[in-house]
Amino acid sequence: MDVTLLLNALIAGLLLGGFYAAVTVGISIAFGILDIVNIAHPGFIILGAYIAYIVNQTFGVDPILIAVVVLPAFYALGALTYQVYYLSFEKYGQEALRGLAFFFGLLFVTEVALILAFGVDYRYVQADYIDRVFRFGQFAIPMRMLIPCVLSLLMVGLLHLYLSRTFTGRAIMAVSQDQTALRLMAVDPVRIKRIAFAIAIGTAALAGACLIIIQPIEPSVGREFIGRVFAICVLGGLQSLPGTVIAALSLGIIESLTTTYAGPSWAPAVAFGVLLLTLALRPAGLLGR
Amino acid sequence: MTRPLLEVANLGKRFGGFVALEGINLSVNEGERVGLIGPNGSGKSTLVNCVCGTLVNETGTVYFDGQDMNGLTAHERTHRGMARSFQLPRPFGSLTVADNLRIPMIYTVNARAHTAVKTHERTHLSPAEIDARCAELLGLVGLADKADKFPRDLTQIEMRKLELARAMAADPKLLIADESMAGLSQSEVADIVALLIKLNERGITIILIEHIMSAVMSFSQRIVVLVSGRKIADGRPDAVVNDPQVIGAYLGQ
Amino acid sequence: MRTPVFFIVALLCGLAVFGAALWTANDYVFYAGYVVLHFIVLATAWNILGGYCGYVNFGSAAFFAMGAYSTIALHKLGTNVGRYFPEAIAPVAGLIMPLPVPVLILIGGCVAGLVGLGTGYLTLRLRGAFFAIATLALAVVLQTLVINWDFVGGARGAYVIAPQTLAIGGFELRYIHYLALIMIVLVVIALTVARLIERSRLGYGFASIRDDELAAEACGVPTLRLKLIATTISGALMGMAGAPFPYYINYLDPASAFNLSYGVNSIAMPMIGGTTSWIGPLVGAIIIATLQQWMTVTFSSEWGVLFAGALLIAFVILAPKGIVGHVQDFLRQRRQSRTGR
Repeated sequence: MDVTLLLNALIAGLLLGGFYAAVTVGISIAFGILDIVNIAHPGFIILGAYIAYIVNQTFGVDPILIAVVVLPAFYALGALTYQVYYLSFEKYGQEALRGLAFFFGLLFVTEVALILAFGVDYRYVQADYIDRVFRFGQFAIPMRMLIPCVLSLLMVGLLHLYLSRTFTGRAIMAVSQDQTALRLMAVDPVRIKRIAFAIAIGTAALAGACLIIIQPIEPSVGREFIGRVFAICVLGGLQSLPGTVIAALSLGIIESLTTTYAGPSWAPAVAFGVLLLTLALRPAGLLGR
Repeated sequence: MTRPLLEVANLGKRFGGFVALEGINLSVNEGERVGLIGPNGSGKSTLVNCVCGTLVNETGTVYFDGQDMNGLTAHERTHRGMARSFQLPRPFGSLTVADNLRIPMIYTVNARAHTAVKTHERTHLSPAEIDARCAELLGLVGLADKADKFPRDLTQIEMRKLELARAMAADPKLLIADESMAGLSQSEVADIVALLIKLNERGITIILIEHIMSAVMSFSQRIVVLVSGRKIADGRPDAVVNDPQVIGAYLGQ
Repeated sequence: MRTPVFFIVALLCGLAVFGAALWTANDYVFYAGYVVLHFIVLATAWNILGGYCGYVNFGSAAFFAMGAYSTIALHKLGTNVGRYFPEAIAPVAGLIMPLPVPVLILIGGCVAGLVGLGTGYLTLRLRGAFFAIATLALAVVLQTLVINWDFVGGARGAYVIAPQTLAIGGFELRYIHYLALIMIVLVVIALTVARLIERSRLGYGFASIRDDELAAEACGVPTLRLKLIATTISGALMGMAGAPFPYYINYLDPASAFNLSYGVNSIAMPMIGGTTSWIGPLVGAIIIATLQQWMTVTFSSEWGVLFAGALLIAFVILAPKGIVGHVQDFLRQRRQSRTGR
């Protein structure tokens, strides 16, 4: 039993899991708190990744920096998307069928548009830390995984603080449970949901930059993340951000171990398999209500 | 002494940390007319949901017609003779008003004809009989001219009447009417009360949940009071209405 | 019109279309027509669960691919009877294998139907959103399983060579004509099933689930059972649409079988055509599949899928009742204004 191999796989899994937390937090907000099944979220992330690629390729700017600059645009895009979603579906209680179809359409239109614009070749970014590997002893920690992981956990941590300490943040947490109470406090639930959804899409900008640092991308990569994102969300218990982090780390480790010992061709099925199992056996999640 | 039709024993229901119902004991005999009152949020609808199977209670048991209802889904309980209307009307929007009534007739009344469950006489309704019963029920609640309309064309009050008619269409032994009269005029309230009493005379046990005290008083043989998830009174109307606890918690407002 | 009559009328229409196509003496009509036909089946199948019951299936590709891969597996068995069957049974197996396409369709339908039942059983007790996500998960899991299954070719794909012609009772049919004819019959079956459900008590039950599942339960509708029925029928029909596909396309790999166009199209076609009636998916499939064929030839297949996805979004926002729904509304209004009601 090669302990070094195992430990390296575990480390890789943890780093990957940290990144997965950033990918999922947008869904934790949209689906867990706002009850909006935004399966197009990975599409926004891939979009963010391609924007990072284009600007990095043209101007040589660091992808994280690009994400920070682009974040307000993604926030606005999220607000716009929610507005369309609300006016077309949520207002009339049609989210179940039409809302889902809407997001599904968005996901595929994004993917196909990216194929038409960029083709199916893999794209990657250039930045000096990407190829560096931090070694100590027998362990190797690639910078291209460490930096996104740290950034991701930072982002999730900040969001958690925002949602639990600020007025707007707590209004967001409350909006799924008691709209009447919110209205009595003269807070417009629709506005609160719009802000929350916009934040969720904003996280996609950063998650996209992290993604393209970690791995080369091509348009269909988004779809692989759907399973991961919902698996983590359900596993972590829908409304809990700490739960999301724990579930993300767990999934990262499971995937890493699978890739190391069974081969990379099985990796996509891991997340979806975990999701199906969780839905079948314990739908309330690990830390479930 | 025959056993009660509905027996609720030590029922409890929580939502996360919030205790919606605690230690509810309730017996309803066959043929009784019971009124259930209490402030908003006291758990009346939650109790109905637990009895009918829409929600699953954590503690306690519901016995209906001598059978333990634990583990039975809502539709199985409906087959055994329970029916309820929803506090906020939940009509089938893509079906006409008449078709809304067909659903319980097809899926409850006709389903009983094939099951081994002993409820009422097992009569299978032919399509013509279903049509006739729909028309009769719509006439009873005053919606006869709306048979071919859709729920979105109805007023709130008409939707409540449809809600009640749909519950009646399931030919129940026990009918739970959840705030069916909100917004109705005095004469409409009196009409519905008269209708419910007539149904009761046909043998249907009825639990009426209402805030309109005149209706509750004229209808009920017994009144149960729920406050903050607990039963605080259960007895004859005149006794309950003069109970200081009840006045303090609800009526005195 | 009663169901048996409808079936016969539809069959006659289908045969008339077949005859017209034969008369053009242009095989391209058959190749393109097959694609349109199998999308009609997929769209109709999706609509039974999606439009009638309100439960969205994102994984249509999985059920379609299951039909296709059952065929590939059986084809491999059938063309190498000596290698895969023990000596005792080989001669008997050699007589019945390779199995004819209609039998393969039935088998594909059973396999897909069972998987639909299983998935439904695991996930239909949860909310519709979870079911939808589970179907997506199913598609990826199955695709991964197939990629790792060498017997059917794995990621490299499998070749399925079909004969050029087929002799049926004295007639010699070109194989593509044979496949198109089978598809036409399958279309008629699918439309008949959808129409039958729509007008039966089952259809009422499905509608009540779609409109308000909680209220349906309270009215005595056995919602889980009905949803399982819908999932099974829907999955089975999709599998049946997929079963002849390997013989049509001659080479199939997981990327094509599980192609994203199946997922998008099977949702876009009914939602654009109209979800409340059996005519909707038919109209939607014909229009979109035909336009897609044109776009694929003129530009590229990606433009075709982009077109379907964009149209889906537009219709879902602006014309949610679909073409048939809005035409029905228009006709009803005209009728009412004429009679002055």
